[in-house]
Amino acid sequence: MNMTLVPTAAAARRHATRLRAAITALALVAPLAGCGGILDPQGPIGAANRTILLNALGIMLVIVVPTIIATLAFAWWFRAGNPRARYLPHFAYSGRIELIVWSIPTLVILFLGGVIWIGSHELDPAKPLNPSQKPLEVQVVSLDWKWLFIYPDQGVASVNDLVIPAGTPVHFSLTSASVMNVFFVPQLGSMIYTMNGMVTQLWLQADKTADLPGLSAQYSGDGFSDMGFVVHAVPQQDFEAWVAKTRNNGPTLDPKSYGQLAVQSRVAKPFTYGAVESAIFNAVAMQHLPPGPGPDSGRGGVDVHNRSE
Amino acid sequence: MFGKLTWDAIPWDQPIPLVAGAVVIVLLLGVIAWVILKGYLPYLWREWITSVDHKRVGVMYTLLGIVMLVRGFIDAIMMRSQQALAYQAPGYLPPEHYDQIFSAHGTIMIFFGAMPFMIGLMNFAVPLQLGVRDVAFPTLNSTSFWLTATGALLVNISLVVGEFARTGWLPYPPLSELAYSPGVGVDYYVWALQISGVGTLMSGINLVTTILKMRAPGMSYLRMPIYCWTALASNLLIVAAFPILTATLAMLTLDRYLGFHFFTNTAGGNVMMFVNLIWAWGHPEVYILVLPAFGIFSEVISTFSSKPLFGYRSMVMATMFICVVSFMVWLHHFFTMGAGADVNAAFGIATSIIAVGTGVKVYNWMFTMYGGRIRFATPMLWSVGFIVTFVIGGMTGVLLAVPPADFQLHNSLFLVAHFHNVIIGGVVFAAFAGLTYWFPKAFGFRLHEGWGKAAFWFSLAGFYLTFMPLYVAGLLGMTRRLQHYDLAQWRPWVLLAGLGVVVTCLGVACQIIQLVVSIRERVELRDEMGDPWDGRSLEWATTSPPPAFNFAVLPDVRGEEPYWEIKRRAIETQQLADEPEYQAIEMPRNSPTGFITAFFSTLTGFALIWHIWWLVVVGLVAAYAVFVWFAWRDQDEYEIPAAEVAAADRERRRAREAWLRANVRVREPA
Repeated sequence: MNMTLVPTAAAARRHATRLRAAITALALVAPLAGCGGILDPQGPIGAANRTILLNALGIMLVIVVPTIIATLAFAWWFRAGNPRARYLPHFAYSGRIELIVWSIPTLVILFLGGVIWIGSHELDPAKPLNPSQKPLEVQVVSLDWKWLFIYPDQGVASVNDLVIPAGTPVHFSLTSASVMNVFFVPQLGSMIYTMNGMVTQLWLQADKTADLPGLSAQYSGDGFSDMGFVVHAVPQQDFEAWVAKTRNNGPTLDPKSYGQLAVQSRVAKPFTYGAVESAIFNAVAMQHLPPGPGPDSGRGGVDVHNRSE
Repeated sequence: MFGKLTWDAIPWDQPIPLVAGAVVIVLLLGVIAWVILKGYLPYLWREWITSVDHKRVGVMYTLLGIVMLVRGFIDAIMMRSQQALAYQAPGYLPPEHYDQIFSAHGTIMIFFGAMPFMIGLMNFAVPLQLGVRDVAFPTLNSTSFWLTATGALLVNISLVVGEFARTGWLPYPPLSELAYSPGVGVDYYVWALQISGVGTLMSGINLVTTILKMRAPGMSYLRMPIYCWTALASNLLIVAAFPILTATLAMLTLDRYLGFHFFTNTAGGNVMMFVNLIWAWGHPEVYILVLPAFGIFSEVISTFSSKPLFGYRSMVMATMFICVVSFMVWLHHFFTMGAGADVNAAFGIATSIIAVGTGVKVYNWMFTMYGGRIRFATPMLWSVGFIVTFVIGGMTGVLLAVPPADFQLHNSLFLVAHFHNVIIGGVVFAAFAGLTYWFPKAFGFRLHEGWGKAAFWFSLAGFYLTFMPLYVAGLLGMTRRLQHYDLAQWRPWVLLAGLGVVVTCLGVACQIIQLVVSIRERVELRDEMGDPWDGRSLEWATTSPPPAFNFAVLPDVRGEEPYWEIKRRAIETQQLADEPEYQAIEMPRNSPTGFITAFFSTLTGFALIWHIWWLVVVGLVAAYAVFVWFAWRDQDEYEIPAAEVAAADRERRRAREAWLRANVRVREPA
């Protein structure tokens, strides 16, 4: 996928300036690359997000750094004890300065507005990634407090372990069994909310084989901190081998086992389902299966048992 | 009889809140006992609790803000230390406690720390700057304050009776619905905010009315000090935005209490509606806090640079620009909920447009310093520290307004670092600058400079040491509100942030020492003349502390800097203006309405939380009865005789004359 943000030749010079700014910005955060996180992307979406982040940072640093320096310089030079500083007790208006003062931020924001507009459209999470290649379909359900990954085409499912083939676009359809969560794999790129009764869309891709940490980025209750999962980006044949090994091995994901999974709990060790009832994701998303239950009681709420909504 | 309230409501199994609660109760009882034994109670009742004087109400608001800032800071210490310990370990705070702490931290800091502090300073300074004698509705003002105190009290009661919300400071449904939060935590949140929200709304109406209708003769809109402009913008936002909060929380309450389905998962509820509504209030709320902060910095920078504010009209425009645009950006809090590219882009651009207004302000402050004679007293240090810090925070804010960047930074510690950067660097720094700046006006003596400067440097260093590492942790993918974590690359940054809190602690300690030392050395620090900073606006024209009536004769305003003009004329002619003809002044009588209403509101709130329905009825009826009783009053004003006014003002003139003689003698050689 072509992630160049300003493809026209007319903008080449602008692009060069921005590139320089981006390099400055990169120098500032370079020590962080290679440590995991969003500055060490492992896929095209993460890389494009980072490019925009650094470009925007660079554009602003061009203004921000001189502003900070000038502020400190003015404050120091015009200190009361400096006999060489000229005292201008009536200097309170200058049309020229006003013009500049309104122009600088306006121009920066005009420029940045372009980046925002183009970036928002190019990196819309729901926009298909590399349409020529057949994507892997993954359906994601956030539960209290674990992640369920359903592979509808393969007929298997996995909890807290996401196995994907490297180099293949992955199309995620996401929903929530109960409260809001956010599906986030920092090194792959964009995050997205999961909500009960709704389906959000996200396209990601891992370029190389790697094990990448994933997490929930929206607080969802007491077990929220245990909602970490691992993305295993593996070669295509390893992925197929994993599917073959998983299929017909272990429990089936059907309304009954889903009901057990939806009860509030933390998962110590990831596990898989060897078979999946085909419409289960839609049943969750369309609320044909009831939302996951909450706790039985809370402090001071002893007589308020979990009433059905 | 007591609804859901039983002995099980007290967290016997959790030693930390139990001990903390016990300490607070013992301290509180100790203070009350001391006040009663020393015989201060009648004084407190007469001069403070029932006072409707805007200066007293302002001081009480500010005091509430300071106490709650300390409470919120203790929460912060617990959160940072928990995360420092919780690397591949459970730490010392279990999730059900930790989750309450971060929810309480945010709620307290915004609603009961920053808001009362800012409203308190506005209450104190705005009528003085406008050259008037009180706010438009003095008794309402006192009621507003006491209702805010009610909210703060309810939140703090939740520490030991029941629990606080475990939902974050904004209770996103469905987590905050009965199905997922069956405890009383969310109910405490809802009723504390509803009651204090009424107070805030009334305070907003009061200050808007005061500014629009009650300025000194000759003070046209474009002669108002910039702080009054920012206060106007902020209170207009309160009037427009707080009803949204009230309505949103009311809908959540109906869901929780009467089985409605506004925000439930099922039966047609819409969770995203809550998120939209809460941020339609929540984003203006940010500007409600930061606009008066901008105003304080404008006053301070101008005063200590010994120059008028540069580009006054530009500043007014930028303020009103921010005021309007701040209502059009709320969606940037949830770019990652899957809105389309057009929607995200539109709100991203709208958000960054706010930076134009802010940028203009920064440059105008810079050029206010240009050509000045800058005195680096404590308020000025906070101001320069603010500009540098805020520019960084603004930059990361615009970064978060770029949707593709937000797709990776949303809810991360980068976001946490950003909003602390602007709220600490903007609002809290302004609160301390304003406190130091107006303290002598309120109490008649200055705060100790040495301890103030130490507090500034420790707070500044502590801020950078705490939040710069959190920016990095956010870039490394660390999300907020984690009770424990397993990734090694986050650890050094979390530990560094913990160290930053230790440094900030030193800053807080210096603030407290500063207050104690200043009170002990109040004789040396006395402000005899009423103008300790060589000020430019009308609050410095009267004595420190001002008399109940503020000004013996309402000032006649002829320019943007009326007091500076009066002072300049006095120095040029080497004499004060002629003594005016004094007249008797009518001032509003004290009233316990606010305090009694708040007392019954507290009972009502507590009863609603615990489903003690008879007490709800008693509290509501009694609170209403107080209003009726107040409305039936025969006399609402008392008269200060002309002789008394004259005596007070002649005292003021004597001090000014003494200053004038000393001042002229100094200036003659030049």
